[in-house]
Amino acid sequence: MHEHETQESTQMEDRRAFLKAGAVAAGAAVAPGVLLYGVAQARAPEDAASDKVRWGMLIDTRKCASGCDECVTACNTENGLEGKTGPQDSQWIRKLNIRNLQTGAEHNLPMLCQHCEHPPCVDVCPTGASMRRADGIVLVDRHICIGCRYCMMACPYKARSFVHEPLTDQNPDVPRGKGCVESCTFCVQRVDRDEQPACVEACNASGHQAMLFGDLNNPESDIARALRTYASTEVRGDLGLNTGVRYQGI
Amino acid sequence: MGSWLRLAASIGAAAFLAVTSLQAVASGAPKLERGKGERCVEDVEYMKRHHPNLLKHHRDDALRRGIRTPKHSLKGCVECHASERTGSVAASKEDFCMACHVYAAVKVDCWECHATRPKASSSPDRRALPLMPGLPSGGQ
Repeated sequence: MHEHETQESTQMEDRRAFLKAGAVAAGAAVAPGVLLYGVAQARAPEDAASDKVRWGMLIDTRKCASGCDECVTACNTENGLEGKTGPQDSQWIRKLNIRNLQTGAEHNLPMLCQHCEHPPCVDVCPTGASMRRADGIVLVDRHICIGCRYCMMACPYKARSFVHEPLTDQNPDVPRGKGCVESCTFCVQRVDRDEQPACVEACNASGHQAMLFGDLNNPESDIARALRTYASTEVRGDLGLNTGVRYQGI
Repeated sequence: MGSWLRLAASIGAAAFLAVTSLQAVASGAPKLERGKGERCVEDVEYMKRHHPNLLKHHRDDALRRGIRTPKHSLKGCVECHASERTGSVAASKEDFCMACHVYAAVKVDCWECHATRPKASSSPDRRALPLMPGLPSGGQ
């Protein structure tokens, strides 16, 4: 009898230990969004983009080197742009030099589509071609873009370009052609493969590390931490567009 | 008398047209190159009729919702059906898409924006083969 009791108590302890271990495991799974967001980022191809994620970018102008155009080159290569900078050429990202006339302070920064939460280009589009995906990426649906260029007028950042000439030999991942408006897509084809946009990758590879890309909605992501810790600026914040691209140091 | 002659002539012309068009069906029907894969993603007869719907449905899902399943993607079609000779699905009249579309006189706009050949690594020759030289291609 005594023996039996001991056996039972050890069994109970085993069970208790097992339950405890289980509870710890479950806690890790449901802990503040870690696993949940992890799953959301590496979504399966058959899952739709979700509004639980909002993609954003933080650009540190103090690290952005004057004269460096690694991000621009990488963008051109990835998306099959020619790299010309004339008034009729496509530029999805461009380097700007800005100078405060009062203080003379100069800054160097890349300017691209700001992927606004309330994008003026989407507001004005007469066909619904200009659109914002659930995860905050602003895109042009070329299948229904009629090339009216109203969105180019509406964009406060001059981020959009119009394709004037017929194109050949496009990148299979980035279809583009004559008669449509286009702009930075945050390299949506790469983001959907759980990769970083080409500009961010190039900036990191060049050692400047001025660009940070990630999920603004995930409090554990590097970009959300940085935005929580340091002061950052929305360009034309007065317009209340809640841009996905933020700048530091301007 | 005049009207009888006209009737006879028109019957004759109709018969001639019918014969020639039948001949065209017999001899000029497009011959398609076989794709690289074992079999198509759907039944061939189904694809003949419904491939535009599948592509249209998939394009909206892929672009607007970010659903990038490979099964009905245009990129997948191109990778499998690019011609061995031209490396493309639309560079010559014999290439996979054009063979039927030229025969049926249905113009496609896909290749204004989409690449007609698979990614550079898998295509033998990327030197600019013009997109259907000599054929009217939309909007150009």
